Amino acid sequence: MSKKTDSNGYTMIFAVVMVLVVGSLLAFMASSLKPNIKENQRIEKQQNILYAMGVNENDESSATFVSTSVAGEEFKKYIKKQLVIEGDQITESEDAYLIDIKKQQANAKNGKTRKLPLFVGEKDGKTFYVAPIYGKGLWDAIWGYVSMDENMVVQGAYFDHKGETPGLGANIKQRYFMDDFNGEHLLTESGDFKGITVAKGNNDPKNDDKTDYEVDAIAGATITGDGVSAMIKSDLSLYVPYFKSLKP
Amino acid sequence: MALISKKDAALIKDPFLDNNPITIQVLGICSALAITAELKASIVMSVSVLFVLGLGNVVISLMRNIIPSKIRIIVQLIVVATLVIIVDLVLKAFAYELSKTLSVFVGLIITNCIIMGRFEAFALGNGPWRSFLDGIGNAVGYAVILIAVGFFRELLGSGTLLGFKVLGDPIEKTGLYAIGYENNGFMLLSPMALIVVGIIIWIQRTKNTSLIEEN
Repeated sequence: MSKKTDSNGYTMIFAVVMVLVVGSLLAFMASSLKPNIKENQRIEKQQNILYAMGVNENDESSATFVSTSVAGEEFKKYIKKQLVIEGDQITESEDAYLIDIKKQQANAKNGKTRKLPLFVGEKDGKTFYVAPIYGKGLWDAIWGYVSMDENMVVQGAYFDHKGETPGLGANIKQRYFMDDFNGEHLLTESGDFKGITVAKGNNDPKNDDKTDYEVDAIAGATITGDGVSAMIKSDLSLYVPYFKSLKP
Repeated sequence: MALISKKDAALIKDPFLDNNPITIQVLGICSALAITAELKASIVMSVSVLFVLGLGNVVISLMRNIIPSKIRIIVQLIVVATLVIIVDLVLKAFAYELSKTLSVFVGLIITNCIIMGRFEAFALGNGPWRSFLDGIGNAVGYAVILIAVGFFRELLGSGTLLGFKVLGDPIEKTGLYAIGYENNGFMLLSPMALIVVGIIIWIQRTKNTSLIEEN
């Protein structure tokens, strides 16, 4: 090290210049790439919703979305209505899938009415109701989309996460976990909301019992699993009045 | 070889065995514990570290004469964080699928002690080409251990490798499970990673007794 770089003046100037350079570089990169990133996230939401209602390119064990190039078209083709439920009011909106669930949860906490998006899709003559859910896992946010029939029986689910542990909590987006939700009931026979619990040792590893309100947990991912149970309970229960209104 | 002199070749070879960053220098243990429950995650992390360490070492080496020694650790941290964030942003914009796979590793890479350790111990005192080789060598040494740990943890913990059920199906009771074999759920928890690393260190030092410190 030369002496010049040891002086306080040099150190200060170096620090200031470094912060300015790095700061403006990152700010420039972030703002110039923002449109691309936003577009990618928008397409991903469409893919997620389609995935939950069974429009996907899954092979035997992988979870594969419809390709990004056709996601927009497929979304228009399969999603017949996008509803926004706000208290008693139900409105249709083309951009309901862009509603930020996290923001709506915060609104609800502050005493404002929460907007609940619901996507009504049709495939092979069957109607699917897809609802978004959002919660927290072990490290960060987790979220998902659950498609249901008019009796709130799960027809498909997609989960994703921001930063769960690879190999453990991150496996909530694996087929073997997500597929377990298919056919599970959310309502009791009397029509009360019960939810689905991600349970350890439920003696039903093949998940044959579809009315036990339980799916098999992932070993080593207890807290992420609890997060999944919690977000299903808190977010899907809000849709019960809508489903009740469907019945004469 | 004209491209790499004998002395430089040692930079790549040494960290592989006798100066392995995990088993000898005991750096990068945190990520070795965190993400080795699955072989795939180990491989992804190894490749990411290879990339960041190779590139970061070169950048730090190029800056080595202008970095003030009093704040050099902070400067190193900023350099690696900037590199990783830029790569993350570019991936998010142009290779979204890939970025989803890698996003959880971003934080782990920035805080990986191997990266800071090599910047501090090597790149600050050596030229860019040698620093690059040192980075690659250490990243490969790190990768070997990570992949070995990931292999055993996934095989014994889940009975799969890269997601393929190599031992049969534990629920349908086929393959090994038919004769009463059970997965060891313990292998999926972090403490077992430490024990597997410990066993590797034990084997390595048994093979090469010169590595054992006296007292």
